[in-house]
Amino acid sequence: MAKWRSWKELPIANILPTPGSSAEYKTGSWRALKPILYKDKCIRCLLCWVSCPEPAIDRLEDDYVEIDYDYCKGCGICANVCPVKAIEMVMEE
Amino acid sequence: MKAEVLGRGIRVGMNGNSAVAYAVKQADVDVVAAYPITPQTIMVERLAEYVNNGELNAAFIPVESEHSALSTCVGASLAGARVFTATASQGLALMYEILWIAAGLRTTIVMALGNRAFSPNINIHCSHDDAYAARDAGWIQFFAENVQEAYDLVLQAFRISEDKDVLFPSIVNLDGFILTHSLEALNVLKDEEVKEFLPPKDPVNPIDPDNPMTYGPLDLQDYYIEHRRQQAEHFKASYPKIVKILNEYSEFTGRKYSPVKTYALEDADIGIMILGSSAGTVRYTVDRLREKGMKVGVVSLTLYRPFPIEDIKKVVKGVKVLAIMDRSYSFGSPGAQLYMDVSTALYNLRERPLLFNVIYGLGGRDLTPEHVELIARRAEEVAREGEVKETQIWVGVRE
Repeated sequence: MAKWRSWKELPIANILPTPGSSAEYKTGSWRALKPILYKDKCIRCLLCWVSCPEPAIDRLEDDYVEIDYDYCKGCGICANVCPVKAIEMVMEE
Repeated sequence: MKAEVLGRGIRVGMNGNSAVAYAVKQADVDVVAAYPITPQTIMVERLAEYVNNGELNAAFIPVESEHSALSTCVGASLAGARVFTATASQGLALMYEILWIAAGLRTTIVMALGNRAFSPNINIHCSHDDAYAARDAGWIQFFAENVQEAYDLVLQAFRISEDKDVLFPSIVNLDGFILTHSLEALNVLKDEEVKEFLPPKDPVNPIDPDNPMTYGPLDLQDYYIEHRRQQAEHFKASYPKIVKILNEYSEFTGRKYSPVKTYALEDADIGIMILGSSAGTVRYTVDRLREKGMKVGVVSLTLYRPFPIEDIKKVVKGVKVLAIMDRSYSFGSPGAQLYMDVSTALYNLRERPLLFNVIYGLGGRDLTPEHVELIARRAEEVAREGEVKETQIWVGVRE
């Protein structure tokens, strides 16, 4: 994150002059519950990848998945849809 | 009969609505999005005719509501267009959420507001409820006293809103029916003269598909307050620029414009402060009261937002009692809207006039010279007693 700017340094009207800047906004800090993925149980059905609203689940070459904790808000949809309980929600430390 | 010439321009007769529409045509706007509502309807009709006749090369966008009208204006203004809309009363109320967005996104929309009372009960005549409802939203607000001023202020509003040291939308208030529908003589500029005073808009950060930007994104605990602080400071800082442009127009036309107008105030013990068309009635009465030896003067505001705090402090300095007239009512507040503004502005001064608030004219009830005399007499009484026993009185109402 860039340094915190004062009102004097901001472009007028809260305009964001560069597109795609939402990627800089790490929403992972909103999380209360954290999904933990147990790869040994995963059957590569990709239901979690399809269902993640963020999307914060990355699909890998071999169709296993990885959770992107920079953006995961901890909604728990992935754990809920997983048919083999390969994702568990735990309290964020 | 020799026509009286008041400053630059050609003498014509128009009602307030037509004069505003004529100014908008001369300003050569690009987009008009408005929804007709009494008493502003004629404005929108005239503009539709101008576009239809080919006299005005603009997109006239008919919309299904005032909410959509102002939303359309926001988009068009950000795209770089010179934009006009008009409304009144309930229409302004329906625009409310977009009012704040238009100001916060620093659009340069000019809106004419044919001031009309809020419902209930349904009434199409003048109160200043709608103007006051917009007071906190970040729009510059002017009050016209007559049709000439309505015409002149629309032209100045475009120039002011679009100035790079300003970049805030403007509302030009004109009293419903009293000005919107009254036929008055006024001087209108030639098209070339308007072009000289008001060059085409040079937009700041316009929407450009080749260089996309985000307007009005999510803004949470980390930056929202900085953006509000910036808007507050920029709005305050626009004041000297507004005055500068009013002065420039005054020189250009020979018609004097300034945020605050005073009349017979220099040696006055009693002042009466008012907005809009009734200022003329107050001045007329003041002349008569002066003949009877009363030292009364008038303060009327052309600029209502940003509020001309320092100018008001200066002009009311020697006044013993100031009656502040509101054509609206603020339920449960310590006074009506203009009264609260003036009280706040003067409170920390060591020497200040005693103040009381007068509610008048709601829903188009006439303010008569008899009412004004009653107010002046009341002020005289307050001056004699040295205290305000009743902070708010009503005139022109059956008790």
